[in-house]
Amino acid sequence: MADKDAHNGAFYQRDREWHPPAYAPIYKTSVKRSPNAALISLDNTISEITGPVFGHNMIGEYDNDLIQNYAKAGELPIGQRIIVHGRVLDEDRRPVPGALLEFWQANAGGRYRHKKETYLAPLDPNFGGCGRTITAEDGSYRLRTIKPGPYPWPNGVNDWRPAHIHFSVFGHGFAQRLITQMYFEGDPLIWICPIVKTIPSKEAIESLIAPIDMENTIPMDARAYKFDIVLRGRRSTMFENRMEGN
Amino acid sequence: MQQKLDRLKESPSQTAGPYVHIGCTPNFTGIHGIYDEDLGTRIINDKTKGERITIRGRVFDGTGTPLRDALIEIWHADANGIYPSPEDKRGEADPNFRGWGRSPGDMETGEFVFETIKPGVAPFKDGRPMAPHVTFWVVARGINIGLQTRMYFSDEKAANEADPILQRIEHKVRIPTLIAEKTGDGEYRFDIRLQGDGETIFFDI
Repeated sequence: MADKDAHNGAFYQRDREWHPPAYAPIYKTSVKRSPNAALISLDNTISEITGPVFGHNMIGEYDNDLIQNYAKAGELPIGQRIIVHGRVLDEDRRPVPGALLEFWQANAGGRYRHKKETYLAPLDPNFGGCGRTITAEDGSYRLRTIKPGPYPWPNGVNDWRPAHIHFSVFGHGFAQRLITQMYFEGDPLIWICPIVKTIPSKEAIESLIAPIDMENTIPMDARAYKFDIVLRGRRSTMFENRMEGN
Repeated sequence: MQQKLDRLKESPSQTAGPYVHIGCTPNFTGIHGIYDEDLGTRIINDKTKGERITIRGRVFDGTGTPLRDALIEIWHADANGIYPSPEDKRGEADPNFRGWGRSPGDMETGEFVFETIKPGVAPFKDGRPMAPHVTFWVVARGINIGLQTRMYFSDEKAANEADPILQRIEHKVRIPTLIAEKTGDGEYRFDIRLQGDGETIFFDI
């Protein structure tokens, strides 16, 4: 049996001590939005092993280019031009092709384009702040954007978010569904951010910090950051009992 | 020392934050011109086989206040119980069925609405039938890792009683939190309570 076909079983158990806990009082909003009861553990069924498929043909030419996808003709958004690239892998280091990535962020001044956003930094008329792409056969992806600014948020009276890009990720099974955030190497705000601190270990936090990548930088144009995303791996079914007719 | 397993760790989750709608439903937030329409808007079309249903509900926090900044996604099988996914090797799903839907909820009330079809029966790992169900995934500001639950149907009493997942739940008193109430012809209500009285069962799955 081909190796590729053998790894089609249930996804590996999620390491709940590695992820942030639901209840993390340092992040105040989590206090009333966290379940009290223990999660009920179940091995994946067909309902979780499967997931929606997104075709490359749904992606528009500028969907992964936040510098151009909202700008008026002949204009550009203000800010530091950057490229973010990396791969989506599973826990066994296998590439995850066909993964839909959706990303969103604040503009260079730290302002989101949202009706409920009240920060006094101005909107940039040429920056929308969202994009998407689908990973290639080797799990790779690439996007171009403006480096987001840090911004204050109501939690403590003086809490600031480090510069970050939100990522929503679909793998091959609904059990792999994940939302996370990418941070930038060298940002001192990372280590004092209550949302970052919901993650229990330094090692786990560091796995969300993208390093500067000079080899992928475009000279005189845009710096590059490398950000790999890891989704749950899955068990081999090679020696498992199978249902009749399966 | 022994060999290393050399595995990677899953990327740690971070909250979707208050502006998840910018990234996942930009047209809903008023960001037009980037995508033609928001993903997950249409689960079915005119040709989809199956009984039309509407699922409505809200997500409540531990004080009973409805969330207005959540993103709710659903995933379910077609009328024959087949998933439109290459991971389902049992047969071809209805080509007119998407299986996946996404709702930002109403801007004022937080109510989500899904227009879809009633799913068929899919098998548990040992081949026993699972009662018709819809998988839910909920993220929002203040939710540090996406919450997964299941919705079953109140008019499938016998199937629910035989469902291998529901049977395994120790605290039977909590099972009603997974069962959508039938409120009319093809109309179901499924409220999700994050915490406290009537707290919905969430799965680590």
